[in-house]
Amino acid sequence: MRFRAKIVDLACLNHFSRVVNTIARLARTCTLRLTVSKLYFILSDKVANGGVSMWCELCQGNFFDEFQMEGVAAEHNEIYLELVPENLSRALKTAQNAKAVKIKLTNKHCPCLRVAVELPSLSSSSRTVTHDIPVGVIPRRLWNDFREPSVPDFDVSIYLPVLKTMKSVVERMKNLSNVIVIEANLNGEMNLKIETDLVSVTTHFKDLGNPPWASEDGCQSSAQGRDLESMAEARIDIKKLQQLLAGQQVNPTKALCNIVSKRIVHFILLHEDVSLQYFIPALA
Amino acid sequence: LSRIGDELYLEPTESGLSLRAVNSSRSAFASFLFAPLFFQLYEPGGPAPDTERFRCKVHMKSFLGIFRSLPSLEKSVGKCLILLKPRASRLVLQLHCKYGVTKTHNLAFQECERLQAVFDTRSCSSRLCAPARVLADAVVHFPLTLAEVTLGTGPGGKISLRNYMEDEAEPSKTMMTELCLAEDEFQSVAVSPGSRITFCLKEFRGLLTFAEASNLPLTIHFDEPGRPVVFTLDDTVLEVHLVLATLSDLESDSQPAPTNGVSHLPAPPDDFADDLESYMAALETSTYEGATGRPPSPTFPLHSPRTGQSDPEEGEEDEDGAVPGTPPHKKFRSLFFGSVLTPGGPGLAPTQEVLAEDSDGE
Repeated sequence: MRFRAKIVDLACLNHFSRVVNTIARLARTCTLRLTVSKLYFILSDKVANGGVSMWCELCQGNFFDEFQMEGVAAEHNEIYLELVPENLSRALKTAQNAKAVKIKLTNKHCPCLRVAVELPSLSSSSRTVTHDIPVGVIPRRLWNDFREPSVPDFDVSIYLPVLKTMKSVVERMKNLSNVIVIEANLNGEMNLKIETDLVSVTTHFKDLGNPPWASEDGCQSSAQGRDLESMAEARIDIKKLQQLLAGQQVNPTKALCNIVSKRIVHFILLHEDVSLQYFIPALA
Repeated sequence: LSRIGDELYLEPTESGLSLRAVNSSRSAFASFLFAPLFFQLYEPGGPAPDTERFRCKVHMKSFLGIFRSLPSLEKSVGKCLILLKPRASRLVLQLHCKYGVTKTHNLAFQECERLQAVFDTRSCSSRLCAPARVLADAVVHFPLTLAEVTLGTGPGGKISLRNYMEDEAEPSKTMMTELCLAEDEFQSVAVSPGSRITFCLKEFRGLLTFAEASNLPLTIHFDEPGRPVVFTLDDTVLEVHLVLATLSDLESDSQPAPTNGVSHLPAPPDDFADDLESYMAALETSTYEGATGRPPSPTFPLHSPRTGQSDPEEGEEDEDGAVPGTPPHKKFRSLFFGSVLTPGGPGLAPTQEVLAEDSDGE
């Protein structure tokens, strides 16, 4: 089981750093899954996480100039690692003008991801900074815990408003309440509501548009035949929503959410080469 | 100086005005000596040539408060006069500003013994000199909350800076960062092979900020672990010394480090370490405790508050700010402080670890 990768292009490095920073804001520890063509940052829905789960997928070719991966076995050519994304974020933080960044899986005293940053210096040889990030290797028998979550049978699917606006609204609401209600309908309307003993605040968004979901067998989900004006809603922990919105460092190409009434909200944020799915369960 | 201690010691001497500070655990000391040429007027005072020079200390915060906003000071202040009035027990700072405005600050002071850490840079076996910029750039890779770093010779004849892991920290859970600087990044390198010292970052960072701002090269003098490390900045009108205690006990050093005495090791071939086949085999066959049966997860280490001893003489608690300073860790040897007393006073052996400030004991 080996892994070696190298980034030489600064734009790719910054892009990768941004992705890692976003992940670091969403999860304290998560699973990094490496395959021949892709990297995944996965958080499965354990009670400890408050029931949220995350699935982030990147094509390695868009970031790495070199990428060699040998999985645990020929027929299971993948590697699953548990790590603290904040460590990776920190290691990449001071690599902003690096000549090259190499990432390697090593096992000197314990399994580590070794991030070696080669920095320009005034002297003849470059300066190198090495960060050894301890990781946990996840054995094959546990890989089932990390399967890609399926798109839930949602009631309403709607494009999100401009994330910056949504973020500032949610941040202000966070000061007033711990719980927020997201409701939306198939008419492109979304409301964010909080209600406390003293005050209730609702922000209305309209003309957001609803993404067309074509399902494989031709028949729609429970969204079919639904009254356009009827709102599907879910009460969720406002902090989780705020974390998701605050973690976005770049505006996504597409941002939408699927609401299963009173059950779960499924957010999908798509960039050119990264996709992020985030599930926030509804509170009782 | 305020990064080190809460009290500012002022000592006018023939060779200039010395400002000093020491931390509560006596493990960090700094002195700034401003030569007479630095000032427009410098009168160390004292009517007779061999009267004991007057020394005092003031509260750091009070002193700093006078110089609070540098940009506005630079614009409005023409002259600054510092006067020591022993009989009035006041240190007078007078700022002569624009438009005829004069701000006079009278600070209460305490008489004190001479604060002097015992050190000798000439007896240090190793010395490094580098532009402050190089060292500042090096230190930036370490998190602000990191307490200690280890400086020493690294693989390939380079100088390495590494975060120090406390004994209590588990290596499998802590992120390790190492920075290697080539010898030619330094202005001069004279280190004994295999030498390594561990010291606190906080005060060092403070000095680096000053050094960078004044564009002076920084010289690091060090010796064996346990003996203090001395950082110096030299200029025609200013001489700066920062003395930090270093960790003395290296036996329990849990870091993977090159063995002492071998400094020019090539980077060890680590291809074998990159193949985790044997690790995987062990993983698949062993059994684990716990519901999920996963290997222990690395968690982001929380910096645990220091449980060092507080200085018994002072009876103060170590301030537990967000960033720990050089702690009263039992493994850090406190710096030796000499106590220069007038004859007839109580004799203190120079190797005493305590600075006795007995303002009313003479």
